[in-house]
Amino acid sequence: MQNSFESPRSVEDAVAALAKHGAAARVLAGGTDLLVQMRTGARTPAVLVDVKRIPELMAITLGASGATIGAAVCGDELSNHQELSALWPGIFEAAALIGSKQVQGRASIGGNLCNSSPAADTTPALLANEVRCIVAGPNGRREVAIDAFCTGPGKNVLGAGELLVALFLPRPAARTSDAYLRLIPRTEMDIAVVGAGVRLTLAADGTCTAARVALGAVGPTAYLVPEAGAALVGKKIDDASLAAAAAAASAAARPIDDKRGTIVYRRHVSGVLTKRAARIAASRAAARA
Amino acid sequence: MPKLHVETTINGETAEFLCDPHQTLLDALRNNVGLTGVKEGCSTGDCGACSVIFDGRLTASCLVLAAEAAGRTLETVEGVAKPGALHPVQQKLLEHAGLQCGICTPGIVIAAKALLEKNPDPTEREIRFGLAGNLCRCTGYDKIIRAVQDAATVMRG
Repeated sequence: MQNSFESPRSVEDAVAALAKHGAAARVLAGGTDLLVQMRTGARTPAVLVDVKRIPELMAITLGASGATIGAAVCGDELSNHQELSALWPGIFEAAALIGSKQVQGRASIGGNLCNSSPAADTTPALLANEVRCIVAGPNGRREVAIDAFCTGPGKNVLGAGELLVALFLPRPAARTSDAYLRLIPRTEMDIAVVGAGVRLTLAADGTCTAARVALGAVGPTAYLVPEAGAALVGKKIDDASLAAAAAAASAAARPIDDKRGTIVYRRHVSGVLTKRAARIAASRAAARA
Repeated sequence: MPKLHVETTINGETAEFLCDPHQTLLDALRNNVGLTGVKEGCSTGDCGACSVIFDGRLTASCLVLAAEAAGRTLETVEGVAKPGALHPVQQKLLEHAGLQCGICTPGIVIAAKALLEKNPDPTEREIRFGLAGNLCRCTGYDKIIRAVQDAATVMRG
């Protein structure tokens, strides 16, 4: 098949192009993963469907129930939205960690999710926040819970002709906030050895009433660790409850040995980052009275 | 293979070129348009030698397809100096010897200009993070940082 470049102006046209070309087509958002994969030969799509001229994929809207972030909105654009950043500091700090200024000018949260790397920085933060994925396809639209989106390294639930349109971030309840931390051996511009996203809700007296903890880079996908959240609920966020959450996170980590870290090290760091991210989320939640 | 016809704006002037559907903007700028100030370093978005400003955002042109430039606005290093007068970032890189082999320099000029336009009075840390996407294997960065600090002072007047 001859190489081609398509630039649809609507979700419907993008879905039609993806459905028509099937496995030969690939969505081009920021291109910071895809164009590198094409250069190395890891992916060889003949048809590239650029979705950045579709208004819905480039829009950010904030309503009473939450925010909708178009799948192709780049990190640089996100960093201009202080109101959203205050509501979901963990998601925004995860997005801001990705790459250089040059990469921020292109890379999107939607692309980060669809590339489905187990080490994607934004995914644990999205998991902690119960984000919903709005997917369009030949049979209309559907919503996919973030927990169900990634299915393995580089794999996700998107079927033939399907396109991630946007992410819906439910507005956090009162005294609720989030945080994301990752470990890399450099000061920046590296891939997570471990990532941890945490969202906590505190009662007026500081007791944790809800907690979601998610880990990245320690399994085939990023995933929730309900045991770590449960270790915090009903307790004050103190050394004892944080130690219990850290132990639960370390126990739930299922890392591999590779050039970025060993199994033993990643298990340990999973606990450390869970504890530290929970502490940050708790101080932010207390400030959102 | 059928070529795509792209009309765009480069350094304030309308431009048009033909490109292959999967050709990168870096490749098209160098080989189809003749703007060889845009350098190819890694071609994987890590080194910043191919930095351009694409619709107002600092971008690695190796991670952009040429076809995406249709109707957009591009700034390359060729558009930075005014006739007869270097941009303060260029002038200060010269004065501080913030370059040796020069391959990274066009990207650093573009990235530093983008940084100073957004943040006219950056701290050293902000400059270092702002230029973290631009690798230089010669200078050890210190002279570059000092040149950008000095350029910021000049630009603030």
